[in-house]
Amino acid sequence: MIPIYTRRRIVNAFNLTAAMLAMAFGLFWLTWILFTLFQKGLGGVGIAIFTQMTPPPGSAGGLLNAIAGSVVMATLATLIGTPVGIMAGTYLAEFGQRGWLAPTTRFINDILLSAPSIVIGLFIYAVYVARVGHFSGWAGTLALSLIVIPVVVRTTEDMLRLIPDSLREAAAALGAPQWKVVTLVTWRASKAGMVTGVLLAVARISGETAPLLFTALNNQFWNADMNRPMANLPVVIFQFAMSPYADWQKLAWAGALLITLGVLGLNIVARVLFRKKTSFN
Amino acid sequence: MNPPHVTAPKVIVRDLNFYYGKFHALKSINMDIAEKKVTAFIGPSGCGKSTLLRVFNRMYQLYPGQEASGEILMDGANILDKKQDLNILRAKMGMVFQKPTPFPMSIFDNVAFGVKLYESLNRRDMAERVEWALRKAALWDEVKDKLNQSGTSLSGGQQQRLCIARGIAVKPEVVLLDEPASALDPISTSRIEELIFELKEDYTIAIVTHNMQQAARVSDYTAYMYLGELIEFNDTDTIFTTPKQKATEDYITGKFG
Repeated sequence: MIPIYTRRRIVNAFNLTAAMLAMAFGLFWLTWILFTLFQKGLGGVGIAIFTQMTPPPGSAGGLLNAIAGSVVMATLATLIGTPVGIMAGTYLAEFGQRGWLAPTTRFINDILLSAPSIVIGLFIYAVYVARVGHFSGWAGTLALSLIVIPVVVRTTEDMLRLIPDSLREAAAALGAPQWKVVTLVTWRASKAGMVTGVLLAVARISGETAPLLFTALNNQFWNADMNRPMANLPVVIFQFAMSPYADWQKLAWAGALLITLGVLGLNIVARVLFRKKTSFN
Repeated sequence: MNPPHVTAPKVIVRDLNFYYGKFHALKSINMDIAEKKVTAFIGPSGCGKSTLLRVFNRMYQLYPGQEASGEILMDGANILDKKQDLNILRAKMGMVFQKPTPFPMSIFDNVAFGVKLYESLNRRDMAERVEWALRKAALWDEVKDKLNQSGTSLSGGQQQRLCIARGIAVKPEVVLLDEPASALDPISTSRIEELIFELKEDYTIAIVTHNMQQAARVSDYTAYMYLGELIEFNDTDTIFTTPKQKATEDYITGKFG
């Protein structure tokens, strides 16, 4: 064996081992978290979770109002944030080659993307909740949509940039105006990636607690009025987990498991979509 | 340099200069492109032949910092004029690229894409137009049973013919081919060459190629370019048998390039 190849083999084996160990380290904590979640949460999951309201301490109840509130606010926030995010991301990738506007927007978006979510909650508190004078579902929705927007902007831009310029040129060479190139060709080519981005944003806001604490707050009862404080899973989990009551703690675990399963489901859907589309093309 | 006597030029290039930022990529090009003939552009990589092609349909304007000066007259109108509508120009100047670029949609929709931009045909007329274009591009027999399948599911050679069908479906006046066969195997290449031969009955064709034999086989006129200059331009027989410039001879005989 030539010495240089022996050396390469040793270096290869060493690096491979190091990489595997790093992966095992990460996976270990992840599986532990999941295991604990299932162990403590599964016991609390029953039909009552989906049919009864959050109870006072010491009596039986479920999480219906919190689940409903979370679903409504996350859905509305996604509906508000997605078009804005897709439009802005499209501008950055397709139209903003010249001038200072696009680089500046991208920079600000990156800051927004990494801003602590509690800052966003406080911002909505200051500009909306404090002025209206009460917590509300709308305030929570607004705060969540502000978290959706930068995520969608970023993934949309990244996905559109993956589309080779040759495809845009081919469409332009047929005499297609730029907006048709974008809507009929590049959007279509990156559809799977863009949908994945939106689903990741939904996953992200499903577990956000801090921005809701200052905006939607919580509600013990069923509430369909968006102008009043609204129950939601993260804040309920926060409140119940911190409480000294065993049945509240049990519900908190069940809620945490629900969110995790929801996010897991979304991620699986995103992956299946992405895989199906890429193999299709 | 004196252009040969091209009868009935479709496109007339006069004193064309092109810049990528500060880089002077095309230097005072003068030439005529004959109607319903094939004009080939040859020369080593970076000589400006693809750039010239991309000036014809002003594709360069998609990118900042690229500029052209001079005149390119098509049917008497200067297409470099600021008032020239880019999309209408591009609809008249079809272009096929080096790599096949099928859109992520069905074979039928690929061909119909350009047609839908400028014409509103009913279903039957559109189906006829798509069949006509696919037949012209010698692809119909291979895809007629799977028009609803994705255009990206075809082989490389089929994809390129799909792109040619897509380009001629809009009935352009000029077809620009930028190394259309360089990514294809010999069989697909010869099919594309046969196709070029048939297409020139209806269209004015400009083709960029790295393959000297291909230029000799398919073209009526050949232009040799080097470092942004048009070194020699004549009918293909003359260029390949009795070139006037030493540089041209060196290039086509393989001493250089």
